[in-house]
Amino acid sequence: MRIELEKRPAYSALFSMLSPFIALGLTIIAGAILFTALGKNPIDALYSFFIEPLTELWSLHELLIKAAPLILIAVGLSVCFRSNNWNIGAEGQFIMGGVVGSIVPIYFHEWNSFIVLPLMLIMGMIGGALYAGIPALLKTRFNTNEILSSLMLVYVAELFLDWLVRGPWRNPEGFNFPESRSFNDSAVLPELFPASGGANMGIIFALIATLLTWFMMRHMLKGFEVSVLGQSARAGRFAGFSSTKMIFFAFLFSGALAGLAGISEVSGAIGRLQPDISPAYGFTAIIVAFLGRLNPLGIFAAGIILALTYLGGEAAQISIGLPDKVARVFQGFLLFFVLACDTLIHYRVRLVTAVKARTEGEGAS
Amino acid sequence: MKKLILALSTAAILSVASGAAQAATKVCFLYVGSKTDGGWTQAHDIGRQELENHFGDKVETVFLENVPEGPDAERAIERFARSGCELIFTTSFGFMEPTLKVAKKFPDVKFEHATGYKTEENVTSYNSRFYEGRYIQGKIAGMMSEAGVAGYIGSFPIPEVVQGINSFLLGAQSVNPDFAIKVVWVNSWFDAGKEADAAKALIDQGVDIITQHTDSTGPMQVASERGIKAFGQASDMIEAGPKTQLTAIVDTWGAYYIKRTQALMDGTWTTQSTWDGIVDGILQMAPYTNMPDDVKQAAMDTEAKIVSGELKPFTGPITKQDGTEWLKAGEVADDGTLLGLNFYIKGVDDQLPQ
Repeated sequence: MRIELEKRPAYSALFSMLSPFIALGLTIIAGAILFTALGKNPIDALYSFFIEPLTELWSLHELLIKAAPLILIAVGLSVCFRSNNWNIGAEGQFIMGGVVGSIVPIYFHEWNSFIVLPLMLIMGMIGGALYAGIPALLKTRFNTNEILSSLMLVYVAELFLDWLVRGPWRNPEGFNFPESRSFNDSAVLPELFPASGGANMGIIFALIATLLTWFMMRHMLKGFEVSVLGQSARAGRFAGFSSTKMIFFAFLFSGALAGLAGISEVSGAIGRLQPDISPAYGFTAIIVAFLGRLNPLGIFAAGIILALTYLGGEAAQISIGLPDKVARVFQGFLLFFVLACDTLIHYRVRLVTAVKARTEGEGAS
Repeated sequence: MKKLILALSTAAILSVASGAAQAATKVCFLYVGSKTDGGWTQAHDIGRQELENHFGDKVETVFLENVPEGPDAERAIERFARSGCELIFTTSFGFMEPTLKVAKKFPDVKFEHATGYKTEENVTSYNSRFYEGRYIQGKIAGMMSEAGVAGYIGSFPIPEVVQGINSFLLGAQSVNPDFAIKVVWVNSWFDAGKEADAAKALIDQGVDIITQHTDSTGPMQVASERGIKAFGQASDMIEAGPKTQLTAIVDTWGAYYIKRTQALMDGTWTTQSTWDGIVDGILQMAPYTNMPDDVKQAAMDTEAKIVSGELKPFTGPITKQDGTEWLKAGEVADDGTLLGLNFYIKGVDDQLPQ
């Protein structure tokens, strides 16, 4: 007897709905086994992971802070990936967005005006978009592999930021420590409900980007163009769509959103430039994009869930002393099961006995 | 599903109740690395364990490890403050701003930040004069090195690291005035692979002693493969190089953590900015090994002089790398200058990244 995956004639709407829940169930079971094996109470552990971060208002704020950059970047990447362009360098575009957006508050640090913030956000988007334009240009001009070029540009951006905050942009009153001046009030992204926690406008940007992108992909010609060119460049050309233009559109679009995420993070959550402005948001967002099945609305949910597991991992470290590494393993379980269960949408699992397999060879089903 | 939620909420109530029953002082630690990194964070974690052993049931300690500097750190510190921590130690330079931000919201909680410079009503800054240990290492290197050149693996060009490089060189030049240092920056506090590569590159350039201001045992292992000597960092790394390690600067934060927790319990905790040295027990030298007796004696004498205050590593005459005079004969550098140190002294074969 063996287990076989059989392709469904059409994708299953039922499993498309069910698979996230099956995945959650499997994660809970696997997690419970893991926690029990470590001598921790599995109920306590699962509680800290999934419920505790949601029980307090401040923690909900933190959830939104953590989720906002992931969602913004992932929504941009979804358009890029759907058009069959593989932008792996969102981390670099995030950083360059933060850098370019910070030009105003660093060079004109005494300028207090309501224009400062919008200017920063726009410059951040431009910074991210232009930086994403490099792999697009290389791809269209020299047919360079965009996966490699966009990835390698991440390291360039990281080192550029590092050089800036240690050199020309270093805070002159900061004892030579590597960080820029703190931004003044007019350059800080406002908090939404300052009384209850620190969530800032970033999550609003994420929400707007999600809705607009969803609308574009669903109801606008541009969205159709993205899908057609993504599935078959040749078919797209017959329809009169240009793949060169699409490559630029996809990269500039995802770069701009990553840049917006970058400057929002720098301005809202950090308040200055420092050598490290991202705990690999740009890479984690790739996971979020696929977790949300490249659908903007799905991505919004996936971003929240992934952020929850980060917060939950911390909660579990404090409340039951779960080691950090185990928290990461558990997070890995969740991702693994979600992606694995998605297989059920296009395939069905069948147990094949030896006899049945033989008859099948004769054409029976 | 209902049953599960019920079970979960019961568990929650139970855990809250058991938490409230304890009257122990809750002391929390934020780590930038893994508590078993064999270097910086491990040294802090050993301090935390000493604190627990010292007070027994009277304290409860909690820690979070591998926390990135930035919003994640801020959230982690806030979580500490909200979960009933009374004293919070944040053990990386990059935690300074997040610590200050959270401290503002929780005026009744005490915070202690390591290796920074800002303080508040409820935020203390504490640091260790690592450079005192570096001077002793330099002295040993000056006597042991045949090439007259040591390799220095640097993390980030911040004042603390620059102090170490200069102090090491001053120690070495007190033996051999022509002693020089080659520096490689790895731009990381902990990256075993990069650190090992840096060690290989330095050895290929002819250095015969390696020292590091990074936290992994990678350089020690490379040095032992290549048959040269090296110094350990933050923790005693003798296991990584039984025939290689000359000594190590061992960070012994435990004494400080005990002192400050005691102050909190006694109600005498006040904000301060401390910079303790070997004499205060905040750092120690690992046993002097793999060296002739006369070198060992010289090292011990130097250590004794630093402890007694007779010897201050940064005492003139000292010339800057560019040839200008920094300190006149007999002049001692003040702490303010040292805390912002951003230039090399003569003999460093490197351009300080600016």
